Amino acid sequence: MMQPQTEKTPLLEVKALKKYYPVKRGLWGRAGVVRAVDGVDLTVYPGETVSIVGESGCGKSTTGRCILRLIEPTEGQIWFEGTDISRLSQDRLRQMRRHMQFVFQDPFASLNPRKTIRQILSDPLIVHGIGSARERKQRVEEMMEVVGLSKSHLDRYPHEFSGGQRQRIGIARALILRPKLIIADEPVSALDVSIQAQILNLMQDLQREFQLTYLFISHDLSVVRHISDRVAVMYLGKVVEIADKKSLYEKPAHPYTRALLSAVPIPDPDAVRERIILEGDLPSPANPPTGCTFHPRCPSCMEVCKTTPPPVKEVGEGHLIACHLDVTG
Amino acid sequence: MNTFRQRFVQNKTAVVCLIVLAVICLAAILAPVIAPYDPTQMFQEHRLEGSSGQFLLGTDQFGRDLFSRIIYGAQVSLLVGVSSVAISVAFGSLFGLLAGYFGRWIDSLIMRVMDVLFAFPEILLALAIVAALGPGMVNTILAIGIVNIPIFTRIVRGAVLSIKNLEYVESARVIGASTKRILFLEIFPNASAPLLVQASLAISGAILTESGLSFLGLGIQPPDPSWGGMISEARRYMELAPGMIVWPCAAMTVTILAFNLFGDALRDLLDPRHRSK
Repeated sequence: MMQPQTEKTPLLEVKALKKYYPVKRGLWGRAGVVRAVDGVDLTVYPGETVSIVGESGCGKSTTGRCILRLIEPTEGQIWFEGTDISRLSQDRLRQMRRHMQFVFQDPFASLNPRKTIRQILSDPLIVHGIGSARERKQRVEEMMEVVGLSKSHLDRYPHEFSGGQRQRIGIARALILRPKLIIADEPVSALDVSIQAQILNLMQDLQREFQLTYLFISHDLSVVRHISDRVAVMYLGKVVEIADKKSLYEKPAHPYTRALLSAVPIPDPDAVRERIILEGDLPSPANPPTGCTFHPRCPSCMEVCKTTPPPVKEVGEGHLIACHLDVTG
Repeated sequence: MNTFRQRFVQNKTAVVCLIVLAVICLAAILAPVIAPYDPTQMFQEHRLEGSSGQFLLGTDQFGRDLFSRIIYGAQVSLLVGVSSVAISVAFGSLFGLLAGYFGRWIDSLIMRVMDVLFAFPEILLALAIVAALGPGMVNTILAIGIVNIPIFTRIVRGAVLSIKNLEYVESARVIGASTKRILFLEIFPNASAPLLVQASLAISGAILTESGLSFLGLGIQPPDPSWGGMISEARRYMELAPGMIVWPCAAMTVTILAFNLFGDALRDLLDPRHRSK
């Protein structure tokens, strides 16, 4: 559905991914479901950076975790280099993990406080039985320098590092297995703005050096603009618009994307801009609106939006939206 | 970074307690060398005597040397305390890890069994188990070990619940670590600080329970010396020979206090967040 027309073979192909959480209302209440991720299709090609943006609670982190099966998806297929990882046994999955790694949001929670940096970085190699003790030592030391840290810090504990340094360690841990795909879940949102730029630049340098493919999850549109090739906008568990960075930022087609972009501050006090203020909050994914889930907040809502889920249509090359509006890209 | 040893030496409580515990342990181990007499040897002509050159802490109603009996009693107390807590820690940790990590029916099953064990007063349950198994040292250790399992299960389970959703556990799964590796190398070491503190408290508790059982006549059987048994016997001669009750009580108090304070000090020292301070 939501795939641009390209000839290349995708590295990752997510089809109709769903994650429903069962909920009970009250003690004897009826069981319902929270549709955290509700049918996401996504294709990622080798070497590119695809970002998922959206408000908190829209399911972007859940999507990222489901793709690595850190959370078991309810439904859907996840094709990685021709293997459907949603069907792999736990054993096979563990072996596949070396090709797909994850960078976590919180650099303070993502490193085991009782392990030295050397242990943290050696673990992936030990788990996958890579190299002799000496080769592992060498690789760990190399990796420290690759991410811009000194190997003399290897025997320290995580609490002795700053947030930015810890995130570098988190990246080093993800990289040490030489994966093809890295899913980064808000890797810079816990950091100071000045450090954010450093980490983003490091990630871009590493992408060139190791031919990495990134799936970058963020709520920060300016960060996403800096790093992405393509951007997918999520709303309430669904992708509402996907396009290459340029067309998404210059010609946003979906009303939700337009509203999001109009909220990005412009560093010019005289700039005149039209702000689209969305009314209300993100609806509960336990009880999503009928038809187009965005219709209660949509400034251009029509009758049809209230009853029929929107079709996916192409408004430009590789630029897809899920909307009833008649937009030309 | 300071090494553990350097930080340990700076902590006065830890050092003092370690010395006290070391002295008690050495005394217990070297009892045959240190004790001037056999703990069951009776000197009929020296019954209920106070401290003297011949009997350092006096004698009991059969003329047995109190000093020798206290030293041999330390053997019993330490052995019971340490081995029963080892049993509790081993099973409690395992149950706690399983219950906390896997949740669902495993959690319900383990925790309901623990609730049942918990519902009995500690000494009563230990009494019941010893009564069923029969008195004696091994059965006393088993009984006290079983009684303390629920405490450790709960502590470990609670720690696991708070740890298992942290990102570093998730990151271990991402790198492909096995469940066993995650449980024992990622989660357990981070749950061990409260465990250690509880273990030191439980050793003193176990020593107390053993004394209680021996006091009631179900623990260590006479004529073998145990602190609880000695206190029990001393009740009737308290006024004639106060030393009979004072010295075993003092030995117990010092030992228990040392274990408790040592546990607290260790907790501070082992917590990595305190390391840089």
